[in-house]
Amino acid sequence: MSRIVARHGWTLGLLAILVLLFAFTKVIQPNFGPTGLDSLSRATLPFAFATAAMAIVVIAGGIDLSVASMMAVAGVTTAVMMDGAGTGMTLFTVVAVLVIGLGMGAINGALIVVTRVPDIVVTLAMLFVWEGVALLILKAPGGAATPWLREIIVGPFLVPWLPKSFVFLVVCLAVVWIPLRRSRLGLSIYAIGSDELAAYRSGIAIGRTRIIAYALCGLFAAMGGLTLTMSTGNGEPIPGPYLMASVAAVVLGGVVLGGGKGALLGPIIAVFILRLVRMDLTLMSVDPNVTTIVEGTIMVVVVMIGGVLAMRGRRQ
Amino acid sequence: MTDNQNPPPLLEASGVSKRFGAVVALHDAALRLRPGEIVALMGANGAGKSTFVKILTGALRRDNGHIRIRGADTNFSSPAQARKSGLIPVYQEPSLIPDLDVADNLRLGQTPVEPFLHWVSELGIANLRLDDTINRLPLATLRILDLARALASEPEVLLLDEMTAALPTDLVERVLGTVRAQADKGQAVIYISHRFAEIAQICDSATVLRDGATVGDLPIVPGVEEQVVELMLGAALETNPTRKAGAARAASGGPHVQVRNLAVGTKLRDVSLDLHRGEVLGVVALEGQGQDELFEALAGMIRPTGGKIVIDDAAVSFAHPADAIAWGLTFVPGNRADGLLMQRSVHENIALPLLARPGKWGAIGMASEASRVNDAIARLQIDTRAMGEVQRLSGGNQQKVTIGRWIAAGVDTLLLFDPTRGIDVRTKRQIYLLVRELAAQGASVLYYTSELAEVPAACDRVVVIFNGKVVDVIEAAEADEQTLMRAAYGLTGEALPA
Repeated sequence: MSRIVARHGWTLGLLAILVLLFAFTKVIQPNFGPTGLDSLSRATLPFAFATAAMAIVVIAGGIDLSVASMMAVAGVTTAVMMDGAGTGMTLFTVVAVLVIGLGMGAINGALIVVTRVPDIVVTLAMLFVWEGVALLILKAPGGAATPWLREIIVGPFLVPWLPKSFVFLVVCLAVVWIPLRRSRLGLSIYAIGSDELAAYRSGIAIGRTRIIAYALCGLFAAMGGLTLTMSTGNGEPIPGPYLMASVAAVVLGGVVLGGGKGALLGPIIAVFILRLVRMDLTLMSVDPNVTTIVEGTIMVVVVMIGGVLAMRGRRQ
Repeated sequence: MTDNQNPPPLLEASGVSKRFGAVVALHDAALRLRPGEIVALMGANGAGKSTFVKILTGALRRDNGHIRIRGADTNFSSPAQARKSGLIPVYQEPSLIPDLDVADNLRLGQTPVEPFLHWVSELGIANLRLDDTINRLPLATLRILDLARALASEPEVLLLDEMTAALPTDLVERVLGTVRAQADKGQAVIYISHRFAEIAQICDSATVLRDGATVGDLPIVPGVEEQVVELMLGAALETNPTRKAGAARAASGGPHVQVRNLAVGTKLRDVSLDLHRGEVLGVVALEGQGQDELFEALAGMIRPTGGKIVIDDAAVSFAHPADAIAWGLTFVPGNRADGLLMQRSVHENIALPLLARPGKWGAIGMASEASRVNDAIARLQIDTRAMGEVQRLSGGNQQKVTIGRWIAAGVDTLLLFDPTRGIDVRTKRQIYLLVRELAAQGASVLYYTSELAEVPAACDRVVVIFNGKVVDVIEAAEADEQTLMRAAYGLTGEALPA
């Protein structure tokens, strides 16, 4: 039991913070109920997918600055292809967009592996490239999403307090992550982030593993773009504020920049914490400029406390 | 253990060569290994041992030569391929993934769990848990896990690189016993170690590398270590550029720096030495015997765990390199890039210690700076065609800058760590002269070198460190390579177990 607590301490701590925040929200806004929860969850969806995308490359020891741009490409592609589409075309579009996401990520990864240019430079360049691609596909906000798709992420699921969008998020992430985490490929992704030389000596194909990690990042980004268009009903070619938000949630979620440590659960809880903090500050009608200062302060303080606790744990 | 019917060799390497740019690391390395044999691979620092190991294990590709396994030519392009054909290495540094637990590491390397656990307990590690995270385990345990992992995949050829370096004595005995027993069952082992006693205990023969070529293959019999030492050194015992005898210790009373029973963790156990004014004191040791820790402790980079440092009768302790510098101890690291501002000019690099004196915050005296710097450049004979950026200088010229700047600044005690590594002969001699000149000005110099031949040229006395302890102090006049090599290998006269 104590080992489980020690190993998942960070995630459990985040969970506790999230519960406290919900309690706090109920105090300052007594009529916060299923509807509020539903809209919070839906607003968090694209942030959560961006965070999952970022988490997987950071675990592999890299970073991807083009996450938000890839989401824009996926979003506008969805909006253009689904405009007036029937059921068959809608399903085809979903599959096509996910494949495009995998492809974009694989291109990022392959460029890093083949050119040996640092990941931060390659993905910064690709940030602009994918942004341009999104604008070529759709010059101004437009297109449409098939209406019944929206129903998948609006409203409660079975019980009033469980938003459909949350179930949707959990299913989408679990389908990819759980099989991956236990596979040799998943271990290889952790291995190259943890110690590239040791991984190489253990017989892991470093380049191939890195490309796959970036491809999965692209896949999650495509899911994010898809859900964004699903919930707003049209395509938006200008990338949203998802890049820095995803890095923030990844760091707060216990994934170490540099690689090898962490998982998806922590960052996903962290992304809800960050959205909820923002919502609470809005409810308290705090100046929006102060809100960002509070968010930044929370990140530094939490990560610092985590570092101190980890150091103390090691000393014992 | 030498067999009569001579089965075909399991592994045979011949004429293996490798160049890195203009540097020839290997030009004719060879090795032959039969089933059931343990062959020690030996060579002095820089003989090409690690390059040869990397080629054998697929981490590097050879330029020329043959490697045959069971008579079939192979050319591995990755460690994974070498593994598939039965050659499993255990490297000097642990190759387990630090952030994963033991079970995940086994799954990653596709190591069968049952045999692994069998070997772990056989090798003397009790109560290992499969859900222990690697980075929480002690180094000695990791070495054993590496070995157990290798044994569990039933290698045909096992390559052990300094396997016992980080192990306590009881584990060393277990490892040696297990390896010998495996060889007696028909496994072949390449054994790399600096410890003659271990080689004498378990190896059948020794293959010796020198300057990138295999120069001998000797059966292990009592007394063979003398021959091995001779082979490692070769006939290259040319006499050194002599310096005027003397450069005697300044007769200024007691020692300038006294180190007493200094210890740092488990690497540096017990080192005492006296460094006088005007003296160049050599330090000789094989790789990883605690010399890095000795220099870092003296430079204020790490804190000693025991013993004391006394400077001119005052006991000192350093919390930061600035403290050591304030006491006059200046460290020139082995890696030149650690000591220089590579993108800046030669002038700035030489002037830096003049400017960065603790406590000097005033304006820079331009005229005096320029004259001192120019003076230093002239005396160093630095190639001035690439003055603008230090990184464009040759390695030798860079090294002259790292030392020469202290001539310009004036130095009290200089800690030089392997200053002539990878430098041509002419520049080496200029560096010896620089060091002697500093000593003549009254400075004390502690001089670690991995090249034994330069000790008589540069030093007055030399301390030899083995396994974290001083094992010998030798006057430079008597410090020929044989004597130093014997001392560095911890061969202090008594007979070795055969």
